[in-house]
Amino acid sequence: MMVATDLWSPTDGGALLAAAVLLPFVGMLLGLLLGGRWLQRVTFVCMPLGLALVVAIAVAWLGAEGPLVYLLGGWSPPLGIALRADGLGVAMMLAVAGVVCGIGLFACADFGLKPGEPESRGAFAYWLLLLAVWGALNLVFVSGDLFTLYVALELLTFAGVPLVCLAGSGETLRAALRYMLFALCGSVLYLLGAVLLYGGYGTLDMPLLAEVVQPEPIAMAALALMTAGLLAKTALFPLHIWLPPAHGGAPAAASAVLSALVVKGSWFLVVRLWFDVMPGVVTLSAAQILGALGAAAIVVGSIVALRQERLKLLVAYSTMAQIGYLFLMFPLAFDSSGSGPTHGFALTGGLLQAMSHATAKAGMFMAAGLVYAALGHDRIADLAGAARAMPVTALAFALAGLALMGVVPSGAYLAKKLMLDAADGSGQWWWVVVLQGGAVFTASYVVLVLVSVLRRRAEPLPLTKPVSRLSEFAALTLSVCSLLLALAALGPVPGSFISNPLAPKELGTLLAVVLGGALLAFALSRRPLFATEWAGDGTLRRVVARVGGAFERSDGIIRRWQFASINLLVLVLLLGGALVAAGG
Amino acid sequence: MSVETLFALTACALVGIGLYGLIAQPHPLRKLIAFNVMGSGVFVLFGALAKRGAAAGLAADPVPQALLITAIVVAFAATAVTVALMLRLIESADSASLAEPPAKD
Repeated sequence: MMVATDLWSPTDGGALLAAAVLLPFVGMLLGLLLGGRWLQRVTFVCMPLGLALVVAIAVAWLGAEGPLVYLLGGWSPPLGIALRADGLGVAMMLAVAGVVCGIGLFACADFGLKPGEPESRGAFAYWLLLLAVWGALNLVFVSGDLFTLYVALELLTFAGVPLVCLAGSGETLRAALRYMLFALCGSVLYLLGAVLLYGGYGTLDMPLLAEVVQPEPIAMAALALMTAGLLAKTALFPLHIWLPPAHGGAPAAASAVLSALVVKGSWFLVVRLWFDVMPGVVTLSAAQILGALGAAAIVVGSIVALRQERLKLLVAYSTMAQIGYLFLMFPLAFDSSGSGPTHGFALTGGLLQAMSHATAKAGMFMAAGLVYAALGHDRIADLAGAARAMPVTALAFALAGLALMGVVPSGAYLAKKLMLDAADGSGQWWWVVVLQGGAVFTASYVVLVLVSVLRRRAEPLPLTKPVSRLSEFAALTLSVCSLLLALAALGPVPGSFISNPLAPKELGTLLAVVLGGALLAFALSRRPLFATEWAGDGTLRRVVARVGGAFERSDGIIRRWQFASINLLVLVLLLGGALVAAGG
Repeated sequence: MSVETLFALTACALVGIGLYGLIAQPHPLRKLIAFNVMGSGVFVLFGALAKRGAAAGLAADPVPQALLITAIVVAFAATAVTVALMLRLIESADSASLAEPPAKD
């Protein structure tokens, strides 16, 4: 086998990668040793340190010509293990570090120990798991081989599952157990694929594999198995069996971690596999399957979100829809020759989408959690007056919603522009419809919530608990970050993609999106959006309500265990078929 | 039939049995055992591949053994976490059923 040594000559700053992975884990162990009160202090030392490390990595990466490389113990692949950070990994690490710091500040109110207060088990577990999630994610972003990635993914799952059941009620425990078991199905499939690749090519190092892998049955089987397994962990429709109860039931500070960060780990791995390891094996038709599932996730997730009675469940279903967005870039990354996915604008767009979703969704879950904490419930129907009682929280939710909808200059806006450009370039007009329609669907549930919280109320809303200022501003900061992400991303992207936000064309698009969303929300929401006198009981409204109910019921059926696990197998076969049909 | 083929067929059978159990058995403990059976199938396959010496034409490749041990530890940890979750669930809900309670309308 030819070994291109330059792939693994250690670069300057490579040791930073190892440090970024180790720091959260060292903090975790230190906190575990020192116990209770110290753990939070250790976490708050780790957060700025980790952020500084990641910024240092970014600076080193900008200075270097290629990816940063670190060889563990000085052994080079295929026998040794390399840590590598390319632009994708560095960008994700930056986003994750920022979001972790924001969530850490937010969680002070819920899980911070005040002087004199007894230590609680939930708080102790939370800070440990937050650090564990961070360390595992950093490992996912810098791992250079597929087996290390397997271990990193399992670490991520083991850290994510207990976050679901911090409250310890039967309902959350059940959600956590479903999550765990389904994630285990996914990881066995991934491991099986990795084993097949090792059997076929004798290495699991990604750059080495990329050189030797051929479009032949063993690679196709491995790719189909690994992709399907990872989709189960990412909860892409129709494998979202565990997502709504898990994300909707966890405490807000934990939901934010799960929704914003944990699902991105396995998504990132799919991107790695498709773009970096096996670009010669993947085919356009297989990518169309991923894109179609993504489009279905947007439609079903958004409509079911509109039917929810509780704010946190609505946000959880919105995550399901947004995960769909992350998969739209796969078909778009193929250029018109269809020879394989390229590192072009579509990939940049997908990455931006992931980063802006991470920040916006963390802000959104935090706002929902603050509402729940302050009112003692999060029934959407009873939120009238909330905007007046807690204006900063409502503003954070609104800004996060605008960022998700893709209003200039949010990251999602630039992501949409890039993907639209890729759709034009590759002549796949049908994805233009999905991209534009998706924004309307996103707008619908944002409008629904905003109308509810802005509704007037005769007497002021009684707050059962004062809202923590720090938490409110943490949520607001993350939402604003998401809304301004496009400006930060202008470096690697030509500036022509950003236009004047007040230009008539942009305002027109925004107006169309919001109006379309309002119409959808009006038609499909469980309760009438506006005061009852108008909503009436016209036939149209009844028919539409029935459609909404049908979506809700079919979502319930899809999320049954047997159905979901058979879907997982069908997906393996479909992907395998799509790979063989075009490549064989 | 060569030894490797025998191993590979055993692996197939184990993965198949595990998969069936994961889908069809309603009780989470049985699902967990099914996961372990399926995992064992993957491990057997990995071991058989080591015998083939896929890497550099060696008589037998030692790398899969090292990876296997790690994978077994990971599977063990997963089993432990899941059992702990299940015990807590039975403690608090008196049943380990995975089915969601009917929606409260």
